Amino acid sequence: MNAPWHWFIAVIAVASIIGCLWLLFSNARGAPGESTTGHVWDDDLREYNNPLPRWWLNMFILTVVFGVGYLVYYPGLGAFTGKSGWTQEKQLAERMAVVKAKRQAVYATLGDRDVAALAKDPAALSLGREVFLNNCAGCHGADAHGARGFPNLADKDWLYGGTPEAIVASISNGRQGQMPFFNATLDPKVADDLIDTVKHWSDPKFSPERRENAMKTFAITCAACHGADGKGNPYIGAPNLTDNIWLHGGSREKIRETILFGRKSSMPAHKDILSADDIRVVSSYVYSLSQNP
Amino acid sequence: MSGPLHDKIERNIGLMGILIAVAISFGGLVEILPLMHQSSTTQPAPGLKIRTPLEVAGRDVYLREGCYNCHSQMVRSLHEEVMRYGPASTAGESVWDHPFQWGSKRTGPDLARVGGRYSDDWHRIHLKNPRDVVPESNMPGYPWLAATPLKAEDVVAEMRALSRVGVPFTEQDIAAAPAAVQGYTEMDALIAFLQSLKVPKPEVPAVVPPPAPEATAPAEQPAEGEPAPAAAETAAPAQ
Repeated sequence: MNAPWHWFIAVIAVASIIGCLWLLFSNARGAPGESTTGHVWDDDLREYNNPLPRWWLNMFILTVVFGVGYLVYYPGLGAFTGKSGWTQEKQLAERMAVVKAKRQAVYATLGDRDVAALAKDPAALSLGREVFLNNCAGCHGADAHGARGFPNLADKDWLYGGTPEAIVASISNGRQGQMPFFNATLDPKVADDLIDTVKHWSDPKFSPERRENAMKTFAITCAACHGADGKGNPYIGAPNLTDNIWLHGGSREKIRETILFGRKSSMPAHKDILSADDIRVVSSYVYSLSQNP
Repeated sequence: MSGPLHDKIERNIGLMGILIAVAISFGGLVEILPLMHQSSTTQPAPGLKIRTPLEVAGRDVYLREGCYNCHSQMVRSLHEEVMRYGPASTAGESVWDHPFQWGSKRTGPDLARVGGRYSDDWHRIHLKNPRDVVPESNMPGYPWLAATPLKAEDVVAEMRALSRVGVPFTEQDIAAAPAAVQGYTEMDALIAFLQSLKVPKPEVPAVVPPPAPEATAPAEQPAEGEPAPAAAETAAPAQ
């Protein structure tokens, strides 16, 4: 704040307080019943011009004392920072230091055990669950069962691997999954067979001719990512097509959409949002979800 | 004070009105007027980015749909909020927002740091029907946004209006706007706006002081190749 504004604020504020006091005391003189306002109604009705009641006056003086004390102690009088040195930022920093120390103390009880070890510790899991609910549940659901387009974390199926290391990597750095679109390049007749073959991959009753027809295209177009056996590839997040778990829906219509128009999935990176300890406990929680029989 | 002055004021309602206005304006004069001339409220925060035409359009959708009725865009400097949302908001972040979207009502969460928290696809699903991804949500769906194309002339008008009140859009920015929003829906714009809500980050070179040898001894130019990248490298993680 520059000097003119500092004086502008300080002078008006101080003058207001002095003005209030002057007004107050100039109205407090005299004794009750001494004088009248001079108005006369109905021949003889007059109105006393009494001073302010004593209790009211004292209350007003108290507010002035409080106001002066406040302006001395806290910042408020222009650029004057106040005797206490209080600032919003400092108060926040102090509170944050206290909270962080408390958190640190809680995390310290976990030691330097790794994610897999923490996944067996109920205390770590309950911490991890807190982090999960605050940061992950928006997409993966409060029960971690996901939604269409957002993977279920509680089953044993993993796009990018379910090891503790893979989970930590997914959370820290995020994941960008992409299925290209084949609308332009796929022969419609082949596309039909391909869609049904993918849908009925593990169904022994599915027409062998159609499967054979589709697999020729699959080997050229799809196998690079999903593998020749259709089991997917965790290094690039290509899903396993042989099970009955479908990230974007397993109906014929949804599979058709996926193949013809592609999919883009993205998990945001959390290494700047969560602390390393947060990531460790939430990873152990996520890891634990798929460890139960 | 039952003197002639008191008498005069009490018997002259016009004079009394003026004096009342003077008396109650002191608070505003002291608390509001200086803020309009303070650098922390008039200068953009370091690294604050000017909005793209798509984000400007998205902000307009945000206002029209009344998102501010349930969502604030101000992380207060309280540790609970900083822990939940991220660094506290500063006045400098809002100098190009007309009107600002701080809000005073949180039925839903604060959005000042929502950018990058969710994927675009999540926003798309969530805006169409929030219950598809957050079953316990009570936010209404906005499915029509995905079916409503942006109107280029609205975006241009909005940018012109904003530049008139101090947002530094250049003529080129405004001229390029129709092409920049061509083919996008209101849904795309709103998502682009939401993804832009984050802590302004100064560009790395802007905060790294120029390498000392370069500044003080320009004669040593052949030798300066080495220290410069090293300085940039050490400074980068501090961001």
